[in-house]
Amino acid sequence: MAEFKKPMNEADFNKNFAPIKPLMTETQAAIESSRCLFCFDPPCMKSCPTEIDIPLFIRQIHTGNMTGAAKTIYNSNVFGNTCGKVCPTEVLCEGSCVYNNTDVKVIEIGRLQTYATTQAIHEKKKIVTLPALNGKKVAVVGAGPAGIACASELRMLGYTTDIFEAKSKPSGLTVHGIAPYKITNEEVMDEMNYLIKQFELNIIYETAINEKTDIEKLESNYSAVFLGVGLGKTGELGIAGEQLKNCTGAVEMIEVLRMKKHETVLGKKVIVLGGGNTAMDAGSEAARMGAESVILAYRRSKHEMGAYEFEFDLAKAVGVQGWFNVAPLAILGSEAVEGVKFIRTETRDGKVVNIEGSEFTEACDMVIKATGQSKQTSVFDLIDGLDLDSGKRIKVDPISFQTSNNKYFAAGDAVSGGEEVVNAVACGKKAARGIHAFISK
Amino acid sequence: MADLSINFAGIKSPNPFWLASAPPTNSGYQIMKAFDAGWGGAVWKTLGVPVINVSSRYGSVNYKDKRMMGFNNIELITDRPLAINLKEIEEVKKYFPDHAVIASLMVETKEQWHQIVRDVQNAGADGIELNFGCPHGMCERGMGSAVGQEPKVLEHIVSWVMEVATIPVIVKLTPNITDITLPAMAAKRGGGNAISMINTIQSIVGVDLDNFVPYPIVDGQSSNGGYCGPAVKPIALNMVKNCAIHPDINLPISGIGGIESWRDAVEHILLGASSVQVCTAVMHYGFGIIREMKSGLEQYMDDKGFATIDQMVGKALPNVKTWENLNLDYKVVANINDDKCIECQLCYTACEDGAHQAIGLSDDPANRIPHIIEANCVGCNLCSLVCPVEGCITMERRDDGKSVVTWKDKGEANKQPTTFDDPLAGGLHHWVPEPAEALTKRKTRE
Repeated sequence: MAEFKKPMNEADFNKNFAPIKPLMTETQAAIESSRCLFCFDPPCMKSCPTEIDIPLFIRQIHTGNMTGAAKTIYNSNVFGNTCGKVCPTEVLCEGSCVYNNTDVKVIEIGRLQTYATTQAIHEKKKIVTLPALNGKKVAVVGAGPAGIACASELRMLGYTTDIFEAKSKPSGLTVHGIAPYKITNEEVMDEMNYLIKQFELNIIYETAINEKTDIEKLESNYSAVFLGVGLGKTGELGIAGEQLKNCTGAVEMIEVLRMKKHETVLGKKVIVLGGGNTAMDAGSEAARMGAESVILAYRRSKHEMGAYEFEFDLAKAVGVQGWFNVAPLAILGSEAVEGVKFIRTETRDGKVVNIEGSEFTEACDMVIKATGQSKQTSVFDLIDGLDLDSGKRIKVDPISFQTSNNKYFAAGDAVSGGEEVVNAVACGKKAARGIHAFISK
Repeated sequence: MADLSINFAGIKSPNPFWLASAPPTNSGYQIMKAFDAGWGGAVWKTLGVPVINVSSRYGSVNYKDKRMMGFNNIELITDRPLAINLKEIEEVKKYFPDHAVIASLMVETKEQWHQIVRDVQNAGADGIELNFGCPHGMCERGMGSAVGQEPKVLEHIVSWVMEVATIPVIVKLTPNITDITLPAMAAKRGGGNAISMINTIQSIVGVDLDNFVPYPIVDGQSSNGGYCGPAVKPIALNMVKNCAIHPDINLPISGIGGIESWRDAVEHILLGASSVQVCTAVMHYGFGIIREMKSGLEQYMDDKGFATIDQMVGKALPNVKTWENLNLDYKVVANINDDKCIECQLCYTACEDGAHQAIGLSDDPANRIPHIIEANCVGCNLCSLVCPVEGCITMERRDDGKSVVTWKDKGEANKQPTTFDDPLAGGLHHWVPEPAEALTKRKTRE
């Protein structure tokens, strides 16, 4: 394999992780925007969780009203620039473009969205007129997509918010957990800084809410609390050898990669466990970091993978191999990872069962577990009367996003268990309206 | 194989495609290059009174991703010395004796006209075109369209030219006039051998929104220019048709205006042109487009069984009637082919907002294919025009084809509606929703 040389410096890294949806040129945007049919009752808009008026902003791009286009986008989705790059547009807006019913190439909606918003961000265009503050305060826990969307919408409704973020940067998994060929740190931060200014957001960094006293303060100082805490660390598989050196979780690996770039040390022969989109990203990233071989090992069949087909295609395109119906029994090695012991599986009546006697061992020097993240239950436990579902996700009202403790609202991965940025934004915004209704009752 | 050659009012040409008098015919170099590429003739960039040109000179109307669907210029006639142009005409004719070289002319006095006509005849031109069309700059000096707009003056100048002309004379007409047939008849009365149309249309193609100046910009200011390009073809076709069907004109017509492909050329020919002239398309794509134009025309003629261009000229004219002679009993309605529909619903919104509320949507939100409400359909065509899919919406005939009743017939039978609320009028029988229904209709994008 080794289609990519190990990056020795940042330039190498940027080359290996070149954007898969690069910024359009003015000419590209002019031609692409000209192709939109301006459908009635547009399917693209209906399939966007944030219901962006896509035909309108494309027409605005085409007529040279770039600020108007940015307003249209941000009016529905404050992560407009990010979503243009990281959304699975193939299954959302672009997936429902009527050109899918022809043999004509569908409109590159994501790239057009990024194009319009990039211009507004770079030119620091004012896109909202903030109403006067109503004197009420809301606490937002977590500066990820759900929290930022919620706080921005609350500001539009007149509320002051304080956003408590455990890490030193905003945007949650956007900056820490998305593959660098989808979006760079700089691009994420440009949009975050733009939003902080536009919506006068107050983010208090490196302030985790993890003690009972923190919770008590929130409850006494704020009219409502929004929980956008996302997910925790990669969960344990419960097999031998997980503690070995070079056995890591995918989100942990991606976070290091995004911050340390070419200085990140990954293995030469990497096995990724899992079949979701994060597994595809982890596999792609290992390959782009110069691994000689990357195997994606999934315990179910190919068509049962949670990952989108285009994500698997992306991984395959950089040389990642897919192994299906193989379950890890143990991670082998004395100090560091030396291999994985697998057993073959099959699906019987919807259940995965091991095929006895089919064990085998595959050597490797790194294992990346993309098998799901744990829930932030240590925080949930501090809140009185906060109901969780059987998957330890926060239970909320589907319209107001209010939890069983009526002062608390929640959205994002802590509620969904792990969805796209666009879903977190859509729900965070709805939660803000729920909070407004609750406080103004 | 079809014969593309023509004899236009005595001017012979290997094919009907001529370059119009314009920047592509500014020099012998360009014209030789064009003939070498396959063009049949060229009308030399207008020779005449001395001029000075400005910079810049051109403006464009772009539509969506297409550039120069409309084009305008404020360039004047040739600014090259007459003697050099005459020498080059001679040289071109030496290399291309069988191609048509037509000299476009524009001067002021009778003496000047006589002199310049003799000059180009001596240089070996095959014909002359009188530029009575230029709608900018030259008209301010009493030439170009200023002549084309005054039939009497035009007739007079044509007669001066005819006093010395020994080669065919084409009179080029301006479209900046209410009735093109009036100057066309004047050209005939003056003795002209043919007419050509249209010259450019007075225009402003756009305005610089930051500096409040129309295009093209000359040191922060602008002037009206002459409009041409694909956008003007419909206007040209109608004027060609008007002159072709007029019983008192009966002159060969060289069709000009929006010709970019063989199809455009055939349309001009079917409406009465017997040669065609091209400028903007060459300015956009170069002389090479002639390959497509010739091959398309040849193929069309072979497919339709036309052996010569003459057999095609005016072929569509018998089917052009005045409105009062159209059959009011003919009835078509739209039909949507569900298999071809891509579910954009453009037909729905076009009919709903722009026509007769004759297209409905399914109550099932999963079914995005619109349907025709035939009782409301007036057969206007709009849905079939906005539909982005080839052959998806077709117009189907509903009358039995036996009855022909025209407005004129109704007049003769005393059956024309005469009062405002006359039950004989058409619209009274059409269904329209109640006005207030607009407010409860399903809305999107608000």
